[in-house]
Amino acid sequence: MPFPFEPDGGIGRRPLLALMPSALAACLAVPGQANAAAPLTLYSGQHPQMVGLLTKLFTKETGIPVRVHSGEGPEIANQILAEGTRSPADVFFTENSPELVLLDEKGLLAPVDPATVAKIPRRFSAVDGHWVGVLARESALAYNPSLIEGSALPGSLLDLARSQWKGKVAIAPTDADFLPLVDAVAALKGEAAALAWLKGLRRNAALYDDDEGVVAAVNRGAVATGIINSYYWGRLGTEVGFAKMKSRIHYFRPGDVGGLINVSGAAVLKSSRHPADAQHFLAFLVSRPAQKMLARSDIDFEYPLARGVAANPALKPFSELDPPNISVAALGDDRLAARLLREAGLI
Amino acid sequence: MEQAAAPLTFAEAGRTASGRRRPRRLLLAAAAAGPLLVVLPLGEMLLEAARVDPAQLLRLLWRPLVGELLLNTIGLLVAATASAALIGTAAAWLVERTELPGRRFFAVAAAVPLAIPPFISSYAWLSLSPALEGFAGAWIVITSSYYPLVYLPVAASLRGIDPAIEETARSLGEGAAGAFFRAVLPQLRPALLGGILLVALNVLVEFGAFALLRFRTFTTELYAEYRTGFDRPAEAVLALVLLFFCLLCLIAEIRVRGRASYARIGAGVRRPITPLALGRARPAVFAGFVALIFATLGLPLGMILYWLTRHGAAAVSPAAVSASALLEATLSSVGLGLGGAALTVILALPLGLLAARYQGSLVTLFERAAFLGQGVPGIVVALALITITIRTVRPLYQTAATLVVAYAILFLPLALVSVRAAFMQAERRLEEVGHSLGLGWPGVAWRIALPLAAPGLGAAAALVFVSIVTELTATLLLAPIGTNTLAVQVWADTSTLAFAAAAPYAATMVVISLLATWLLARRFGATRLFQR
Repeated sequence: MPFPFEPDGGIGRRPLLALMPSALAACLAVPGQANAAAPLTLYSGQHPQMVGLLTKLFTKETGIPVRVHSGEGPEIANQILAEGTRSPADVFFTENSPELVLLDEKGLLAPVDPATVAKIPRRFSAVDGHWVGVLARESALAYNPSLIEGSALPGSLLDLARSQWKGKVAIAPTDADFLPLVDAVAALKGEAAALAWLKGLRRNAALYDDDEGVVAAVNRGAVATGIINSYYWGRLGTEVGFAKMKSRIHYFRPGDVGGLINVSGAAVLKSSRHPADAQHFLAFLVSRPAQKMLARSDIDFEYPLARGVAANPALKPFSELDPPNISVAALGDDRLAARLLREAGLI
Repeated sequence: MEQAAAPLTFAEAGRTASGRRRPRRLLLAAAAAGPLLVVLPLGEMLLEAARVDPAQLLRLLWRPLVGELLLNTIGLLVAATASAALIGTAAAWLVERTELPGRRFFAVAAAVPLAIPPFISSYAWLSLSPALEGFAGAWIVITSSYYPLVYLPVAASLRGIDPAIEETARSLGEGAAGAFFRAVLPQLRPALLGGILLVALNVLVEFGAFALLRFRTFTTELYAEYRTGFDRPAEAVLALVLLFFCLLCLIAEIRVRGRASYARIGAGVRRPITPLALGRARPAVFAGFVALIFATLGLPLGMILYWLTRHGAAAVSPAAVSASALLEATLSSVGLGLGGAALTVILALPLGLLAARYQGSLVTLFERAAFLGQGVPGIVVALALITITIRTVRPLYQTAATLVVAYAILFLPLALVSVRAAFMQAERRLEEVGHSLGLGWPGVAWRIALPLAAPGLGAAAALVFVSIVTELTATLLLAPIGTNTLAVQVWADTSTLAFAAAAPYAATMVVISLLATWLLARRFGATRLFQR
C-alpha cells in the first residue's frame, strides 16, 4: 500500500500526487461520519464495554444510531464546560454523580422526563429533576489474605491514613471514582480532616492510575489492600476467573464513609439538538430490559436502580449495604475534592 | 559547489546582489507552513504558562509531585540510556566485527523492534507478569524497544571506520578488548552519543507504555491532570518542565549530529575487516544474541499470539471483538495514516527542497523549527490543539482534520529527512534542461523535479504512515467522536486489563507496521530507514 509507484520514479508517472487526493478523501471520510438517521451523541464516563452493550440494544430497538465519546467523568464534564452551549453532546452518562451536579450548577442540563425519573427511587436522582440515577456501585476495600489477616482490616476508611498502614494500601487518586470519596469525607468530617486524611494517604499509599490497577495489584500481592469500588473486583473476577481470585472484599463498619454509594447517572444537555431522542435514551437506560441486561452481564457489577430489577448475584445484596448518610446533593461537584487532592500532593 | 552562472530553475525567482540564487517567494511561503504548525502548540503552551501568576507558578513547580516525577524520569533516563547503549553497542560490534553465526539475520532482527510501538511491548510484558509494573517494566520495555536507536548508528559507524586503526592497535599488542576500547570506541563516540540522545528523547515523550505500566512520568501526569479536569496552570507547568528536558536533548542531538564526522584520510578502498574469531565464547555469545532477539521480538509477538488464541476461553475479556469492529478500527487507522502521511509530505516538500538547495539564516531557522516537532511530546501537542480548536477555530474541533494536523506536527521531521535527501539526489541540471526546452516553472516542478524525487517522497510517506498507525497519545486525545483506531482500542482494552480483547487489534497493528517497514527496508535499505 505505501508504494503506489515504480522504483525508477519515471518521468510522467506523478504517482505520489495521484495518491494524495484519495488519501485525503479517505482520511476525511472514514472517521465518525454518520448514516442517514440523525445520530445521538453520547458523552460517556462509563465503561466503553457496557456502554457498547447499551447503545447496541438501543439502536436495535429504536433505529437511532449513537455516537459515543468516552473518557473519565471529570474530564468529560470539563470538556462540556469548555464547549459551552455549542457542545455536540446530547446525553452525558457518568459513573458518579458529582460530574452531573457540576453541570447542573452551571445550568447546562435540561429537565429529565418525569416519567423517567419516576422509575428510580427519588434519593438517587437530582432534587431538581435535571439528571436521573441509573446504576449504583459501592466503595470498599480489596485485600489480599496472604498479606494481611482479616482481623487486622480497618473499621473505617479514615484509619488508612494512620502510620501503621504505610506501604499497605493502594489508591487511584485520579480515577473518577476516588473523587466522590474525598467529597464525602469533606462533607461528613470537614475540609481540614479530609486534607489530613489525604496527606496520610500520600505517605502511606502506592498510587495507581485507576481502580483496575489497584485491584490487580492487590490480587497479585503487590500491596495488601486497596480502596476501590467493589465493581472492579467483579471485573477482575470475570477476567481471571472467580475461583482463581487471590483477593477478597472487605466492607467498612456500618455507616462508615468508606461504604459510600456512588450513583451513575445520566442527563440531557440543554443544548442538545435532538432532545426527544435524548429523553428517549434516558428512558431506555432506566427501562427494565436495559437494567436487566446489565445486571445479568458478566461485565457490569453495578446495582440496577430501577425498582424490582435484581442485582448481579456476585454482588452483596443492595439491601444489606450500610452506606454513610449523605445525599447526592451534599456530595457536591468534585471541585473541592480536586483542590484537596492537589493540596495533598496526590495529583 | 553550484556555479553562479548556471541558469535558474523553477524554484528560483532571481539572484541576490552577490549572485546567489534566490528562491521564489511562493516556495518560501510554502516552506514556512510546516515550521509554523510545529511552533503553534509550543506557543500555546508558553502563553498558557505565561498567564500563570509567578507565585502560583513557583508553587506548582516546587511541589513534591514534580520532584517525584523528576526522580522517576531521571532514574529511567540514566538506566535506559545506559542499558540501550551497552546492548546496542555490543550487538553492533558482534555483528560487524566478529564471526558470530547468523550475523546477517541478526543485523536485520536488531533493527525490527523499532517497528513495534512500546505500548504494544508493554502490553505484552504486562500480560506476561503484572509484577513488571513500575520501574522494572519501564526499563525493560524502553531498552528492548529503543536499543536499535544505538545499534543502527553504531553499526553504520563501525562499517565506516578504517579497519587499519584496529589492526594497528592489535599489531601494537592490544587484545580484542583493548583495541575496541582504545581505538574503536573513541571513533564511535558521535554515533553512540547521538543514539543515546535519541533514546533519551523517546523516554521523555513516551506516554502509552508508561501509563500501562503505571510508571509515573510527566506525560502520564499530564494525562492525569487532563482526566481530572482541565487545570490549565498545573498542566502548563508540567508541560514546561517536560519541554525543557526534551529541547535540551534535541539541541544536544543536533549538535552531536553536526560534528558527526571523524577524520579519515581519503575515502580509501572499502576493505572488509577480517572478522574476529569468538573461540570458546562463541556458543555463549550466540545464545546471548538469541535471547536478545527473543526478548525484544519473540516475546511481544508471542504474547499477542497467545492472547489471540485465548479468545473465547476462560481468560476471555468482557468486550466481544467482532470482525466488523476490527475492520472499522483498521480502516480508521489506515485512513488517518494516509491522510496524515499526505499532509506531512505536502508540508515537507517545499521545506525539503528549500533545505536541499539553499543556505541562509531563514532556511536554517525553518529547518530547526520543523525539527522541534521531534522533541514535542504528543500529549503536549494534543492538549494545545484541543485548547486552540475549542477557543479559536471551533469548526475544526473534534474533527479528523485536527488529528491529521497533530500527526503532521509530530512527524514532519521524519518526513523532512527523506524529502531533503531525495531533492539532494535529484539532478538539478535536468530541471535546467526542462526550462531550456520551454517548460514553465509549474511544468518543471510537476514533470521533472517531483518524479525525480518520488522514491524519497514515497519513503517519507511510508515512514509517516507507519508512525501514525502506531501512534497512541495524540490519537487518544484528538480522535473524533465515534472514531476507533487500532491504537485506541488496544489502549481501551489493555487499561482495563482485557488482554484477550486487545489482541486482535494489537496483532493487526503490528502486522501493518512490520509489513510496511519490511517493504521499506527492502526498497531503501534498513539503515536509511531509521535515519531519524
